[in-house]
Amino acid sequence: MQALSELVDAAATEIDAAGDLAALDAVRVSYLGKKGELTARLKSLSQLPAEERPAAGQEINRAKQEVMGRINARREALESVALEERLAKDAVDVTLPGRGYSIGGRHPVSRTMSRIVRIFQNAGFGVRSGPEIEDDFHNFTALNIPENHPARAMHDTFYFPGGKLLRTHTSPVQIRSMVEEGAPIRIIAPGRVYRCDSDQTHTPMFHQVEGLVVDRGISFANLKAVLHQFVEAYFERKAELRFRPSYFPFTEPSAEVDVLWEEGKWLEILGCGMVHPNVLEAAGVDPEEFTGYAFGMGIERLAMLRYGVTDLRTFFENDLRFLKQFR
Amino acid sequence: MKIVESWLREWVDPALDTNALEHQLTMLGLEVDGVDEQGDGLDGVIVAQVLEVEKHPDADRLSVCKVSAGGEETVDVVCGAPNVIAGMKSPLAVPGITLPNGLKLRKSKIRGVVSNGMLCSAVELGLGEESDGIIALPDDAPAGMPLTEYLGLPDTVFDLDLTPNRGDCFSVLGVARDISALTGSPLKSPDIAPVAASTEDTLPVEIPLPEGCPSFAGRLIRNIDPAARSPLWLVERLRRSGLRGISPVVDITNYVMLELGQPLHAYDAARVQGAIRPRLAKQGEKVTLLDEKEVIVNDDTLVIADDSGAIGLAGIMGGLSTAVSDQTTDVFFEAAFWPQAFMAGRARSYGMHTDASLRFERGVDFGGQGRAVERATELLLEIAGGEAGPLVHHVAESHLPKRDPISLRRSRVSLLLGLDVEDEVVSGVLEGLGLTVRANEHGWDVVAPSYRFDITSEVDLIEEIVRIHGYDSVPETTEIAASPLRAVTESVVDLDLVSATLVARDYEEAITYSFIDERSNAAFAVNGSDLILSNPISSEMSVMRSSLLPGLVSSASANTARQQERVRLFEIGKSFHGTLEMPEEVVRVAAVACGAAVPEQWDIATQSVDFYDIKSDLVAILELAGDTTDIGFRSIEHPALQPGQSAAIVRGGHEIGIIGKLHPRVAKNLDLKRDAYVFELDALQALISKAPIAQPVSRFPVIRRDIAVIVREDISGDDLVQAVAAAAPEIMRDVRIFDIYKGPGIEAGLKSVAISLILQETSRTLTDDDADAAQAAAVQKLRHTFGAELRD
Repeated sequence: MQALSELVDAAATEIDAAGDLAALDAVRVSYLGKKGELTARLKSLSQLPAEERPAAGQEINRAKQEVMGRINARREALESVALEERLAKDAVDVTLPGRGYSIGGRHPVSRTMSRIVRIFQNAGFGVRSGPEIEDDFHNFTALNIPENHPARAMHDTFYFPGGKLLRTHTSPVQIRSMVEEGAPIRIIAPGRVYRCDSDQTHTPMFHQVEGLVVDRGISFANLKAVLHQFVEAYFERKAELRFRPSYFPFTEPSAEVDVLWEEGKWLEILGCGMVHPNVLEAAGVDPEEFTGYAFGMGIERLAMLRYGVTDLRTFFENDLRFLKQFR
Repeated sequence: MKIVESWLREWVDPALDTNALEHQLTMLGLEVDGVDEQGDGLDGVIVAQVLEVEKHPDADRLSVCKVSAGGEETVDVVCGAPNVIAGMKSPLAVPGITLPNGLKLRKSKIRGVVSNGMLCSAVELGLGEESDGIIALPDDAPAGMPLTEYLGLPDTVFDLDLTPNRGDCFSVLGVARDISALTGSPLKSPDIAPVAASTEDTLPVEIPLPEGCPSFAGRLIRNIDPAARSPLWLVERLRRSGLRGISPVVDITNYVMLELGQPLHAYDAARVQGAIRPRLAKQGEKVTLLDEKEVIVNDDTLVIADDSGAIGLAGIMGGLSTAVSDQTTDVFFEAAFWPQAFMAGRARSYGMHTDASLRFERGVDFGGQGRAVERATELLLEIAGGEAGPLVHHVAESHLPKRDPISLRRSRVSLLLGLDVEDEVVSGVLEGLGLTVRANEHGWDVVAPSYRFDITSEVDLIEEIVRIHGYDSVPETTEIAASPLRAVTESVVDLDLVSATLVARDYEEAITYSFIDERSNAAFAVNGSDLILSNPISSEMSVMRSSLLPGLVSSASANTARQQERVRLFEIGKSFHGTLEMPEEVVRVAAVACGAAVPEQWDIATQSVDFYDIKSDLVAILELAGDTTDIGFRSIEHPALQPGQSAAIVRGGHEIGIIGKLHPRVAKNLDLKRDAYVFELDALQALISKAPIAQPVSRFPVIRRDIAVIVREDISGDDLVQAVAAAAPEIMRDVRIFDIYKGPGIEAGLKSVAISLILQETSRTLTDDDADAAQAAAVQKLRHTFGAELRD
């Protein structure tokens, strides 16, 4: 009878030669099946003397284990090859675009407005809004711009029959908010504003963000700090600012703020000042107890500087080739 | 306001160069809008005399001139100007130089004739914006002198953008005062000594309304030389200030106005009938002004009258009937103070805006009338001779503007500025500006001068202090604000989230105008609106939109015209409703989509966007608000939408928006050449939300049962789903339509609808019997309600 070791070697050779899972199974049956050669050896143990049986049995079992192990290893190898073949067939061109649509984008003005709002919200400012169709009182009179005031002429106001108007700035929200909430107050008010002016650098509609802080002991120094911080937060860099005297009827002192831009040029970016006592009074706030500051900035202007937009009018043309750049 | 640097320096001459001066002006709040450097690049331009002028042999429009540049020699110059005449003096540019307009001069032949230079116009020399020929210099201009030397160039002109509160700075004097206060450099008033009268003649002046004319100065000057010409320095200063020289009398009134800020008027005294009498106009009174236009005057307007009636609009423009001319020998100068209350808005109400009205509206120094007349008299005598009568000056003290002391508290200065300013600085700054300052217990009592109309309260003084002390001197101090935490609401969905959702669904955000044309608005409006602007930019932008869709569809249309095949735009903004008395503003979310549903792709058949594409975008927004069970879609007719593909979005019984296919007729009117789908929502109504309340998740398995029924085509999916859901409400977790079929095998007018029932109990495992019962109940309900037949 063939030595057990030879039998194992023979099995190993056949196992390695098995080219697919079916062939491998045939090998398994021929050695380990009911009529397999190793099975037969086990069956023949009963013919040995009782004292030899344990050792012989152990030996046959070890051989069986080895063959089994080799078959399993071979099966895994064959299965792995089969899997890889199948997967290779499934390969895709990873460079082709994904199915379905991509994303759109926010309008640069909204995007800018959103950022400005977030900057101030993080500092504890509340967000307020007001009507765009305003009355003379809130847009002018309460802001210390009485009838026939020369500042009215600067506003190029759109009027409706009967005297209502389109707000020329977001400042009326100052009045409405103070009347409603009183002081202290700490708010910003973004929104659309309108002026009857249309040329290369003016659109009849544009956007502003108004800011208002009224509390005990608020000073011009506070205003300077908050705006400097804002400009640096908005442009995400250190910025040099210049406050220069200007005039708004609703603030005093008033300032325009310039930021130092490329090539040493000062660019005007916003107007601000200390809330005029007449405005506080018009809104029912005691100017002896409270002081405050206010500022207003043109969102398009800030968006143009941030995103390198050179023509104001493109903001309202809604050309997809322009809009799609903002995502 | 144009300020000529050389003129300004005559009044105040700080140790600042031109750039530094410009900077200081801006930092004073007198913003420099433009800087015009005149006379640069004029080296090589000299005063020359034209000796002879002959026609060019080969060109009709050219002349060949013999020109003397001072010496013995003459040169030939070809000139094309129509005004060249023998004897005139004009600037000559010699070959080799480059003129300010970029022209390089070379000795050249022009049509065969050698030209040794060029006689120059104002434009060519950068000395004017228009010209109708070469410059004619005064006859006494010394030939051979460099032009810059002769004209006192180079010089700089600052264009100041003055704010409405600083009427006092509409003059060289006013600007000089501010510069002096800032720099400490003394104000040097040119001597304006009273001119002694050489005759007793005067024109009678009557002031019937002293509150309208609290100060009136006048003077008669007889026998001036009508042939006199304004001297070059005067014309040059006017020119640099943006005014043209006209005649000595007119030039002098302009000059004094520019210098002192006091508008003057000059009458031809011989043409005035009787007394000069400023008064309120009679309603409808007519007067023909210097510009030869007739104005019908309202009774709120001051006129100057004589016995013939109104002869001028006070503080706005003089009248034609008494205007000076080149025949005038007797001149009456008038300098008045017209109070702002009588001036505000008047010029504008006649469609006018003059240098005088601008100044009077903003406030003219009420102490300066006499001085202005003296200055004008002095200049006129110097230039045109004549005999001056006495200065007539009517002053009604009680009607002059009040200058009450203003209390300035030391504590308010530091509180408002966040900066402690030393007492000496406060008083020094204010006194430097010409204010009268007296210390008191808490600070100071301050009186503003007659030329400042913007200083009436404590903050006005504080502004002046910081303006002169420097905004830069104020530190940056972060305030310590009590900032209580605020609720982050879940009762309404944030609009930013709506934007983000639409952006994620491939929409670009647009911003369209709030005012549109009436026709487009009407096309989309269910209820008309009368919110029409009185003064629109154009009829295309005249009515407040009652929907965002016209603007969006127009934008889509413009984009398709630019070869953008696939357009998806949304906008969040207000629409306007109600009446002029009670306008209402509603925040809306609107979108338009046209072209392919998804961009053309290698693996998807290109399909046009349709109703269900944008419905899913719309529903995505609605679902941001959480529970959508109270939201439904109801088929409607809408003027802008195609019938059968239009729906109202209903929430809790209220219509909160619309969705549908744009009516082809409307699309055509807006030049949109393809099918477009739109929706629009009332954002506030649609986005009402609440914090979700979590329900326990069932641990038990679900059973799915599918049924297919045949129903009439017009029965809505929503109705079927609701009927099924109601059939076994306790265990029906979800009901979905997963197929709809019309066609062969199904009778016309009917459709087959496949519905899946998702069944589940929260407390036990459902049995097949339970599911069978639920399914049967559903079929029964459909049969009963809609006559549905179960499909085999």
